[in-house]
Amino acid sequence: MSFWNDPLKVAADWLLGIFTGWGMPEIAAQILIGFIGVLLLITILMVLDIFLVWVERKVVSRFQDRIGPNRVGPFGLIQPFADIIKLIIKEDITPAGADKVVYNLAPMLSMMSVLILWAVVPLAPVILGVDLNIGALYIVAAGAIGTLSIIMAGWSSNNKFALIGAFRQVAVMVSFEIPMLATLLIPTIFAGSMGMGAIIEKQDIWFVWLAPLGAVIFLIAAIAELGRAPFDMAEGESELVSGYNIEYSGMKFGMFYAGELLHAFTFGGFWAILFFGGYRFFGLEHVSPFLAIAVIVFKAFLGYWVIMWIKYTLMRIRIDHMLGFNWKFLTPLAFALLMVTALMNALLAGTPTWIYVSIMFLSNVVLGWVALEIARSYSRKEREKAQGSKAVAIVEAAHH
Amino acid sequence: MVPLSWYLIFAAALFSIGLYGVLSRRNAVAILLGIELMLNAVNINLAAFWRYGNVMHMAGQVFAVIVFAVAAAEVAVGLALVISVYRRRNTVVADEIDMMKW
Amino acid sequence: MTGEQIAFLVVALFTLASGFMVVTTGNLVHAALWLVSTLFGVAVAYALLNAAFLAVVQVVVYIGAIAILFIFAVMLTRKDLLDQGPQVNRNWWVGALLSVLTFVGLYSLLQGWDGMSKTAADIPSGFDAISELGNELVSPMGYVLPFEVASVLLVAALVGAVYVASDRK
Repeated sequence: MSFWNDPLKVAADWLLGIFTGWGMPEIAAQILIGFIGVLLLITILMVLDIFLVWVERKVVSRFQDRIGPNRVGPFGLIQPFADIIKLIIKEDITPAGADKVVYNLAPMLSMMSVLILWAVVPLAPVILGVDLNIGALYIVAAGAIGTLSIIMAGWSSNNKFALIGAFRQVAVMVSFEIPMLATLLIPTIFAGSMGMGAIIEKQDIWFVWLAPLGAVIFLIAAIAELGRAPFDMAEGESELVSGYNIEYSGMKFGMFYAGELLHAFTFGGFWAILFFGGYRFFGLEHVSPFLAIAVIVFKAFLGYWVIMWIKYTLMRIRIDHMLGFNWKFLTPLAFALLMVTALMNALLAGTPTWIYVSIMFLSNVVLGWVALEIARSYSRKEREKAQGSKAVAIVEAAHH
Repeated sequence: MVPLSWYLIFAAALFSIGLYGVLSRRNAVAILLGIELMLNAVNINLAAFWRYGNVMHMAGQVFAVIVFAVAAAEVAVGLALVISVYRRRNTVVADEIDMMKW
Repeated sequence: MTGEQIAFLVVALFTLASGFMVVTTGNLVHAALWLVSTLFGVAVAYALLNAAFLAVVQVVVYIGAIAILFIFAVMLTRKDLLDQGPQVNRNWWVGALLSVLTFVGLYSLLQGWDGMSKTAADIPSGFDAISELGNELVSPMGYVLPFEVASVLLVAALVGAVYVASDRK
């Protein structure tokens, strides 16, 4: 068991030896080692967050057919540091009449809700924060804390636009948790457990081949949970003057912004874990944990790129259309998919693998096609109703 | 080793605090907050008895899950009623909703 | 004092203090936020009791839905952004007296029971509480009937709440 095979255990044992050599009781040493591990993970994540700012700005500039930051450092790599320094030295304004404790607590809670998600992300077969056997539910619980932080931010700013933006954003986040829960149950059915480690271990065939529609619905629900376009009600600059973070300036705004980017990257990671095999890549993960970390980070970046692609291509959806889309289309579709998956999984229990995979794939495609047909006929009827009344109005105007 | 009594006393204390909230607050939403505290105290009791009794027997956890569902339903309907009352009477202070008193 | 006892005492004191702030603070939005911290303390208590599923569902259902519903209701039922007038009614001392009596009554009732100082047996290894819970909730010999009735209750509450709160003229 060398450092390259099992880095966490080797490092923990070495530190334990040092601490007990200094005379610390063993339980205190273990708690301290736990804290050091958490601190290390958070530091790495925050440094990654800085890098994500650069990635975001370069990618958005390429989508918009321009170059992006390229003055500060080679390829603009120092740009995020310049951004951070600017945010830190900005004046820390608290609006008059704002509720100080809640106002200052909201960005901290928002960042916290993202960081605690990384406790259940398995970076390698042996590197895992906590092997919770309810990891999938834990993701939704962390999202709930993020929802709370947004409404705290909106209310404590003492600003009506912030409050409206926060209400809308929270309504969207709470509504889209339901299709997310339903599609989180699909890898659970396939893997027989909600734990992230177990879900990855059972992905000999990536779950995206078994449930492509589930992957799509999870992506849509995750983008809505993140509050990114096309669901970014809270940041509608043209509508709400940037919603719940109007009154935040300086590093508090930086916490919200960086938290959102890290949240998007985390959900890219979860999309990869739940549907694309996580750190597995044809057995590469057993060679070394560091290769597994590289694989999962690569897949998370691919997922993050898809999320950014969607953000910079689609227009913002109106709030009532957003909620109607969720309750009238996405939630029934997610539950129908869950039922079909459970049924097919039980019916095809003993069949050889290729039959299983192809029938599950086909059932997803059929269900998606049926749902789109229903949506298409509904919208056709709506259009005929609207155009029918317009045709009548034109005829009547021609008569006069 | 935490004895069972500690959990039960904790739950009893939380229940009493919730009871004080229900009996002495004026705002209807604050009364509902007290009810939530009482429901949580009951749930802690159920979970403690599950753990300290026969762990293989899941009745305690099932009961607690059903209490979650009932609490959610009750809060939804209660707050809907409070909002509806606010629309008609323009107040949510429990003392002022007295049209049916003699 | 073992670590577990210290952990329980910290959690219990935090939860009770937050609960006390819920029922005494004058600012209603602060009361709702203290409720969030109380619910979080209760979730940690569930985790201490090895009821991991209950802990996570507590956060998702109570904090993620019920507490947010409370915050919405508090914000939607006020004329201006601050609370007016006293927050306790005229007979608040009766409420305080009754709650103290209830606690003392419960405590003395519990003292007479000999199972009070029972300590927890270890959980048998390999026991997966959540799959057991899932089996119990859907097995006909188990609790499938209360489960289905609870879902009917939730549908009724959903329809009722939407109807009552809707702004029909």
